[in-house]
Amino acid sequence: MQVNRRQFFKLCAGGMAGSTIAALGFMPEKALADVRNYKLLRATETRNTCPYCSVGCGILMYSLGDGAKNAKSEIFHIEGDPDHPVNRGALCPKGAGLVDFIHSPNRLKHPEVREAGSNEWKRISWEEAFERIARHMKADRDANFVEKNADGVTVNRWLTTGFLAASASSNEAGWLTHKFTRSLGMLAVDNQARV
Amino acid sequence: MTNHWVDIKNANLIVVMGGNAAEAHPVGFRWAIEAKTRNKAKLIVIDPRFTRTASVADFYAPIRTGTDITLLSGVIRYLLETGKYNKEYTLAYTNAALLVNPDFAFEDGLFSGYNAEKRSYDKSTWSYQLDEQGFAKRDDTLADPRCVINLLKAHVARYTPEMVETICGTPKAAFQKICEYIAETGAADKTTSFLYALGWTQHSIGAQNIRTMAMIQLLLGNMGMAGGGVNALRGHSNIQGLTDIGLLSTSLPGYLTMPSEKEPTLEAYLSKYTAKPLADGQMNYWQNYPKFFVSLMKAMWGDKATADNGWGYDLLPKWDKGYDVLQYFEMMHAGKVNGYFCQGFNPVASFPNKNKVVASLSRLKYLVIMDPLATETSTFWKNHGEQNDVSTADIKTEVFRLPTTCFAEEDGAIVNSGRWLQWHWKGADAPGEALTDPEILAGIFLKLKAMYAKEGGKFPDAIQSLSWSYLDPHEPKPEELSKELNGRALADLPDPKNPGQFLAKKGEQLPGFAALQDDGSTASGCWIFAGSWTQAGNQMARRDNSDPSGLGNTPGWSWAWPANRRILYNRASCRPDGTPWDKARTLIKWNGEKWVGIDVPDFKADEPPGSPMGPFIMQTEGLGRLFALDKMAEGPFPEHYEPFETPLGTNPLHPKVISNPAARLFKTDKEQLGGHEAFPYAATTYRLTEHFHYWTKHARLNAIMQPEQFVEIGEELAAEKGIVHGDTVKVSSKRGYIKAKAVVTKRIKALNVNGKKVHHVGIPIHWGFEGVAKKGFIANTLTPFVGDANTQTPEFKSFLVNVEKA
Ligand code: SF4
Repeated sequence: MQVNRRQFFKLCAGGMAGSTIAALGFMPEKALADVRNYKLLRATETRNTCPYCSVGCGILMYSLGDGAKNAKSEIFHIEGDPDHPVNRGALCPKGAGLVDFIHSPNRLKHPEVREAGSNEWKRISWEEAFERIARHMKADRDANFVEKNADGVTVNRWLTTGFLAASASSNEAGWLTHKFTRSLGMLAVDNQARV
Repeated sequence: MTNHWVDIKNANLIVVMGGNAAEAHPVGFRWAIEAKTRNKAKLIVIDPRFTRTASVADFYAPIRTGTDITLLSGVIRYLLETGKYNKEYTLAYTNAALLVNPDFAFEDGLFSGYNAEKRSYDKSTWSYQLDEQGFAKRDDTLADPRCVINLLKAHVARYTPEMVETICGTPKAAFQKICEYIAETGAADKTTSFLYALGWTQHSIGAQNIRTMAMIQLLLGNMGMAGGGVNALRGHSNIQGLTDIGLLSTSLPGYLTMPSEKEPTLEAYLSKYTAKPLADGQMNYWQNYPKFFVSLMKAMWGDKATADNGWGYDLLPKWDKGYDVLQYFEMMHAGKVNGYFCQGFNPVASFPNKNKVVASLSRLKYLVIMDPLATETSTFWKNHGEQNDVSTADIKTEVFRLPTTCFAEEDGAIVNSGRWLQWHWKGADAPGEALTDPEILAGIFLKLKAMYAKEGGKFPDAIQSLSWSYLDPHEPKPEELSKELNGRALADLPDPKNPGQFLAKKGEQLPGFAALQDDGSTASGCWIFAGSWTQAGNQMARRDNSDPSGLGNTPGWSWAWPANRRILYNRASCRPDGTPWDKARTLIKWNGEKWVGIDVPDFKADEPPGSPMGPFIMQTEGLGRLFALDKMAEGPFPEHYEPFETPLGTNPLHPKVISNPAARLFKTDKEQLGGHEAFPYAATTYRLTEHFHYWTKHARLNAIMQPEQFVEIGEELAAEKGIVHGDTVKVSSKRGYIKAKAVVTKRIKALNVNGKKVHHVGIPIHWGFEGVAKKGFIANTLTPFVGDANTQTPEFKSFLVNVEKA
């Protein structure tokens, strides 16, 4: 659901009278036409949810980039979703800094490997990363998979590799993680719920 | 949460204990303030520190960390002695009147059946007396001394105001006020909402902290009521959803249990978990277990799950014990683990005893990091001086670091504390070559699958059988995965109530979990999510914020599990005869034929008022449990046990049983517990409003707001130690030390506990050796490697330290 900000304002123009902008004493049309629209004209507005605490505040993300093939879209502003029944437009100091999380200088950009004993990262391709990780997994699984326990009961488990699942990834990622780990026989699967 | 964030505004009393909502859940906390302004509600805070929440409270009382059960048991004692609780509710909707096994006993800190060697209980006496039909006996006159409520009275009799003061350090007068505030909401038309978070869970007795509060909510008649309930303010944005999906060692999606090796066959497994009723005429919803399980197997294995192969039962691994993170890092430390994946998770910072965690990771062959950020876990092998003093060349672990998208760069649903599945939309492209988690998992899985197909290997069956019918196998789409979670009909499903009609036609998305079958004709990845993506489309994407009742129930905003129900157990908001306890907060009512209302009724739709069916439909006797039967590890009633590192060195109630007798403690970790002689101060870790965990130290704005690591100590302790505000101090436990600035504060006061003075040291957690904030020490260098006996949640909130000027 990507609402173009201009359409949004057109739709809401009547309803804006009761909003904060009007409360601050601006004539809404004037404020929108002269100030807000200038920057937001080119922006796309996307609904999302704050990924920090479990209040689940609604947010509106404003990005530049029109979806054209070679134009990367980039978010330049985030604010609370005024329609959201819980946060009604508010964000706390954590959520207020979200745009800096997205653009953190510490965002990872490429697959890398740190070789045994080495003191540095080496950039690798996704293909190499998948290949090497799958090799490690297969070697470990084939060597240590337990088909039957001491009593002869079929147990089909793999205990020598484990998986720590995320706390902010989506349900959909979580479901695929479940399928991935359990089909391999993993039991050391845990998430942040305990910690 | 049984209720949800906006519903807090309906409370008459808000008790914040084991949390600091104003700081950790700031926007949700606005609804507590709304209750104060709109409902003239009172807000009380019970905490070792005078927190930001306390600063806006009507009443604040201090408490020693780790002693909440004592205070809450004292409240139960007060309610039962004064009779100020909802007696009609308690008799009708809880197991107060049920009779307990004559051999059940409690003596000197231990319940019947304790095995000291195994540190666990034989729980066979933790049961009801049964009649010839196998139903629990009850005595509605409550005269029988074996009635649950009579045993409870006897159990809490020891928790006098004097004992509360002795153990908790909470002055008697303050405790009396707390009791009076809470007892006022025992009236049928008043409710209390307790807001708690990790301050209750992160203890060796964490689950029982929460249970004690839940028992108070039952006695007050607050379960099922708008403005009541049990409201866990969960720590992370989707920890609710990822738990719902069963990403825990011995869990399956929808709170089903992973089979163990004690259930070698499907029949043995289903007969163990398909609940049998303990009272006549109950809904006993877990009787549907086979429908949930078989539908899950169909979602996992597709056509490979057949009646003949027990729906693929052998394709699932069978456990011998739980491999929770404490257990698994203990194994890793002992060199028994070769590979580990960390997906958006930073155990070096998040787990207790950081030095043990780093030593454990150093023994792996390979470590795979999937994360949007450069975490400390990904660079655990780098030397950062005092903050991470490792010998890089000796660490032979191969570390792969794979960049993932973050929330802003993907579609999907996350579940907030109120159980709302809120869909979100991608607003930007991923940086560099980052991929989504499903793309990365697919990349590795498809490689493995091809290797097994080509080369063979151990038990390729489950790998080859896994259902993977995504349009682009390398790029499973959120919509495809979400539809799988909801589930679909694999054959036409005739509607048993309306001949000629169908619940769903073959291939259609299921309307809800009532359509699930145990004959392989339905597939559903997570039964409690059934209804989230129906034939009518994505219900989680709904954004209608209208609130027709004024109670804040917004049924058209996103979708809540189960069945879009906003307040769980809402049948209990009415008396047995169907009239609401409080007209002003009517959630559902009987219209002569069925239950209807502003919320989805949590009951059999056509079961009339006055029937014997209890409102707690997931329970075998239909009742809320003041006596927990065999469901808890350390006892059916809560009991105070000291933290594993106690500043008292004893337990004033039973000196022979000091700490949780059922908690697991590994030998090497036991040796790393400190005593109160060398480490005299009670320490607790916590969060600040400007930061989220170890993430926001990577975000400039947050790093500017709180740039540097600090610890909080009271003025009296500071004076004793010659520490002044702004000094650098060294805080040490038996496991290591951190250095940080001292904030000397009036907000932490020494408490008089069991005849001695106890100081608290407050330790915010947000710093580390990666990020854009000032580099700091990992606070969890200090915390002990011991967990709750039920959940294995580590005891981050109660341990011992020493403090010196650095
Ligand atoms: S903005 Fe603050 S209160 Fe809202 S979800 Fe994010 S962290 Fe929680």
